[in-house]
Amino acid sequence: MTAAGLGAQGTSASLVATFDGKGVGLVATGAWIAERAAELEKIVDDAAARYQTARSIDIDLARLDRLDTFGAWLIERLNRAFVARGAATRIIGLSDSDRGLMDEVRLVNRTAGRDTAAANQILVALDAIGRAVAEIGASLALLAHLLGALTMAVLGTIAHPARLRLTSLVHHLERVGWRAVPIVALSTFLIGAIIAQQGIFHFRTFGAEVYVVDMIGILVLREVGVLIVCVMVAGRSGSAYTAELGSMKMREEIDALRTMGFDPVEVLVLPRIVALVVAVPLLTFIGSMAALYGAGLVCWLYGGMTPDIFLARLREAIWLPTFAVGMIKAPFMALVIGLVACVEGFEVDGSAASLGLKTTSSVVKSIFLVIVLDGFFAMFFAAIGM
Amino acid sequence: MTSNTAVISVRDLVVGFGATPVLDHATLDVFEGEILGFVGGSGAGKSVLMRTIIGLLPKRNGSIEVFGTDLAAVNDEERRSIERRWGVLFQQGALFSSLTALQNVQFPIREYLKLSPRLIEEIALAKLEMVGLNADVRGKFPSELSGGMVKRVALARALALDPDIVFLDEPTSGLDPIGAAEFDELIRTLQRTLGLSVFMVTHDLDSLHTVCDRIAVLSEGRIIAAGPIETMLASEHPWLKSYFRGKRGRLVHH
Repeated sequence: MTAAGLGAQGTSASLVATFDGKGVGLVATGAWIAERAAELEKIVDDAAARYQTARSIDIDLARLDRLDTFGAWLIERLNRAFVARGAATRIIGLSDSDRGLMDEVRLVNRTAGRDTAAANQILVALDAIGRAVAEIGASLALLAHLLGALTMAVLGTIAHPARLRLTSLVHHLERVGWRAVPIVALSTFLIGAIIAQQGIFHFRTFGAEVYVVDMIGILVLREVGVLIVCVMVAGRSGSAYTAELGSMKMREEIDALRTMGFDPVEVLVLPRIVALVVAVPLLTFIGSMAALYGAGLVCWLYGGMTPDIFLARLREAIWLPTFAVGMIKAPFMALVIGLVACVEGFEVDGSAASLGLKTTSSVVKSIFLVIVLDGFFAMFFAAIGM
Repeated sequence: MTSNTAVISVRDLVVGFGATPVLDHATLDVFEGEILGFVGGSGAGKSVLMRTIIGLLPKRNGSIEVFGTDLAAVNDEERRSIERRWGVLFQQGALFSSLTALQNVQFPIREYLKLSPRLIEEIALAKLEMVGLNADVRGKFPSELSGGMVKRVALARALALDPDIVFLDEPTSGLDPIGAAEFDELIRTLQRTLGLSVFMVTHDLDSLHTVCDRIAVLSEGRIIAAGPIETMLASEHPWLKSYFRGKRGRLVHH
C-alpha cells in the first residue's frame, strides 16, 4: 500500500491517496471551505488527471474538519469526473451534518452549460452593423410615432382647452426657460466676445477690421445664437426630461397613469415639449443679444471701435430676415430636442445602467439632430433667398 | 440544532435619528444554528436594529458583538472578515440591476475569493439551483424576474460565500401565500443543510409559526419578549396578545 499526498505542505486541507489491489482510495482531510477553494480546485483537478485509469474509487470524507458548499461541490466535481470515465465511485465516511449538503450538490449543475459557439468575427461585426442600422430606423419610427401622438394631444387640447395642464406647463417653463437665462446669457456673451476677438485679430492683417461687425452680426443671429442655446438646452433640459421619464417608467408610474385612463403623452410629454418650444426662442433671443453685446464690448475695448460705429455698422450689415432666420429655426430645434428626450425616456427599461445610457444618447442624439436640422434650414433659406 | 453560543449579542443598544431614539437600550441574542424571528409594529425599528448590526447605521450607545467580537473595536480588515461571514437579503432584493442573476451571485465570490472563472460559475449556478431556480434565469436581468425570483436570487447572493449568519429583511413580503410557504421551507432546508444562524425580520405569522425557533419582539425601542412561539401565545402582554392572538393570528393558529 502506498500513499501520496496531493495537498500542499503545511496547509490544512488536502486529499491523500491510498492504493490497494483493486482501486484508489482518496481521503479528504482538513477544512474544505471557501477560503481554500482555489488550492482545493487544483488538488481536485490534479487527482482527476492522475487517477484517470482507476476503475474503482472511494472518496473518504470521514476525516474532514469542515465542509461548505465550495468544498462539497469540488468533491462532487471530482466524483463526476471519475463517473464520466466509467469508474465506479463511492463517497464514504459522510457525517450526518454534511450528508444534506452532499445530497444537495449532487443535484446541481446537471444541465449542460450553454455552449457559446466560437463566433465568426466578421459575422459579429456585420451583425453589429445591421443591428445599429435597424436601431436607427426604429428610433426614427419612434420619433415619428411620438410626434404623431403629440400632434393628437395638441389638437385634443385645442379642442378642449381645459385639459391643458397649466401648472405643469408653467413649472416646466420656469425650469427650462427662466432658470436657464443666466447660464445661457453668460455662455453666449463669452462666445460673442471670443468670435469678435478672433475676427479682429485675423481681419487686422488685411486691414478689414470693420467687416468683423458684419461677420458677427450674421453669424450670431443666423447660426451661433440658436445653436449654442440648443446645445445648452439639450444638455440641461433634454437630459433631465429623459432621466425623469425614464425613472417614472422604471417605477411603473407611467403604467399607473395609463391604467387611470390618462394619456402619458398629454400629461407628461405635452407640457414639457410646449415649455421647450416656448422657452428656446426666448432663450435664443436673449442669447443672441448677449452675444452681440459681448462682441460690441470686445470691439470697443480690444478693437478700438466705439459703440456708435459698431451699431451703425451692424445696422448696415444685417436686416430683419437675418434675425428672423435664427428665430424661425429655434422652435423646430426645441421640438426635436423635446421629442428625442421623451422618446429616450420612454425607452428606459428596468436597470440603472439603461437610464444612464438613454440619458447620454438623448443628449448626443438631440445635439446631432439639431445640427442636421440646421443644415436643412441652411439649404431651405438659401433656396428662398433669405 | 440550536446551541447556547450567541453569534450575535446586542447589549443596551441606543440608535436614533434626531431627538427621539428609535432603539432605547435594546438587548438581544441570536444563538448559533437558530432561526430567530424578529417582529414589531411598522416603524418600531426592526429594520433599524438589523441595519445597525450590519453596520449601515451608527449607534449612539451600547455594544454589538458578532461571533464574540465587538464590532466597535475592530479595524477595517477584521471588519471585512466578519462581514464576509454574514449574508444579507434586503427587503426589495437589492439586486444589482445592471448585472444578470448569475453575475449577481458571482459578484461577492469574485470579490472575496481568487478562484478560477469555471469554479465561480459552477458555484454560482449551484447556489441558484439550491434556492430552487433553474439554469434559465442565469442570463436574466433583475427587471426580467418576478418578485419571488428576485427574492430567491437575492437569497442565493446572500448565501454566495457560505456565510454563518444570514439576515433576512421581510423575506416573504410581497409573495403569495404559496410562494411564501415555499420560501419558508427553503430557508428551513438551507438553514439545516448549511448550518446557518438566521436573523429574520418578518410580519408573516405563518413564518413565525412554521420556521422560527425563537421569536423576539420589539416594542417602544426595547425587546419586550423573546422565546418560542408557545411563549408568545401564552403571554398576557397586550401588544403580544393583539399581535399573535388577534383576528389574523387566530386564523393562522387554527
